[in-house]
Amino acid sequence: MSNIPSELKYASSHEWVRAEGDGTYTVGITEHAQELLGDMVFVELPEVDDEVDAGEDCAVAESVKAASDIYAPISGTIVAINEELEDSPETVNNDAYGDGWLFRIKATDESELDNLLDAEGYANSIDED
Amino acid sequence: MTSKTVLHAKHLEAGAKMVDFHGWEMPINYGSQIEEHNAVRNDAGMFDVSHMTIVDVAGDDAKAFLRKLVANDVAKLTVPGKALYTGMLNEQGGVIDDLIIYFFTETSYRLVVNSATREKDLAHIAKVSEGYAVEVTERPEYAMIAVQGPNAKAKTATVLSDEQKAAVEGMKPFFGVQAGDLFIATTGYTGEDGYEIVVHNDDAADLWQKLLDAGVAPAGLGARDTLRLEAGMNLYGLDMDESVSPLAANMAWTIAWEPAERDFIGRTVLEQQRAEKSTDKLVGLVLESKGVLRSGSKVIVEGGEGVITSGTFSPTLGFSVALARVPRSTGDTAQVEMRKKLVDVKVVKPCFVRNGKAVI
Repeated sequence: MSNIPSELKYASSHEWVRAEGDGTYTVGITEHAQELLGDMVFVELPEVDDEVDAGEDCAVAESVKAASDIYAPISGTIVAINEELEDSPETVNNDAYGDGWLFRIKATDESELDNLLDAEGYANSIDED
Repeated sequence: MTSKTVLHAKHLEAGAKMVDFHGWEMPINYGSQIEEHNAVRNDAGMFDVSHMTIVDVAGDDAKAFLRKLVANDVAKLTVPGKALYTGMLNEQGGVIDDLIIYFFTETSYRLVVNSATREKDLAHIAKVSEGYAVEVTERPEYAMIAVQGPNAKAKTATVLSDEQKAAVEGMKPFFGVQAGDLFIATTGYTGEDGYEIVVHNDDAADLWQKLLDAGVAPAGLGARDTLRLEAGMNLYGLDMDESVSPLAANMAWTIAWEPAERDFIGRTVLEQQRAEKSTDKLVGLVLESKGVLRSGSKVIVEGGEGVITSGTFSPTLGFSVALARVPRSTGDTAQVEMRKKLVDVKVVKPCFVRNGKAVI
């Protein structure tokens, strides 16, 4: 069973979301997702100031095995992207919940967070895969 | 039903992620495919290739039979141990399988064929052998370990007996020799120096462990695929199959046209294709911008289109490369349909890396 931190929220499409306490939310992909994808070779990120809708594909994680769309878990404005991933995409494999974060969103409607899964809900969803 | 090689427990011990590979439970990686790839390019790695099928052919007609069976000509083999790469074709000139043939004497040869094609290969070989004085014997009692990389030979030497070391001393590429209990060949599927070692099932785990202790990194099927693709080596089932002519699969060099009277299976069709220049060709594609070329993608060239047969990210080069079957008229550039966009790619010879160095 892969690591699923209890303090994060999750989308069933394998993104994690961390509240930063200032109305912004950091997004990455889960340990389980990086295991499924294998060695990451390119990460394509949105641009700062892009407006995204919840469920919209806004990034691509490309591994040796496959290219996989990343969906915005909530609606909002992109306020930061992890530029380090340009040169070291493998950080997503090595530290999925830390230095391997993808982008940060300023939420337009924080109630959308309620639509996401907690750690237990996500664990159950991947059991069904 | 999935089969396991005798090294299965060693793979689990090394933390392998196992996958079903044409009915065999095989390691795809032991953590990181890219690190395993780099270990082979820069040092030494080893692959369990015990799933491959070893077939010994012996008898008075062995040479005549093989001259009928395959497109390359075993009559070229005169030095004991010399190996030959060839396609085994059907009457329509399609590739039933690609294989390596080792020559011992004119009445004794060893074939190594793919695992995914084992049953149809054995059936075809049995059928063609009718009327020839040959005995065809599969050798499932042997496992096979490929040790590859610039330091592969030196690290392997540390686990060999003096007698075995003497047997492989100075052996040229594409040779094999029986050295004590091991059959050691200077063949491989990575574009690096190294050996493929045939070892009895009972001794395989012990040899694997000794190689591990000698600093040879275990490498999985994932790295095997990126390594062979960088080296421009075909994978059966992707880059060619029964519907594809060897002329359309960068295998023209494996067809022995002379002597003209040698009537190997598929010859008539191939001669016609050759005269009419009617087949596609296999080329290399290079994408220097972001993204990864994937098999099955459409390739658009001037006046026609083709298809990517194998594509991957090349860890050695840092960008994506692919093999593609395209019309003969294809020039230096093409476009590939990737994730709904058309992307420009360079067209090159189908070989990207040799002995650790870029060749494009």
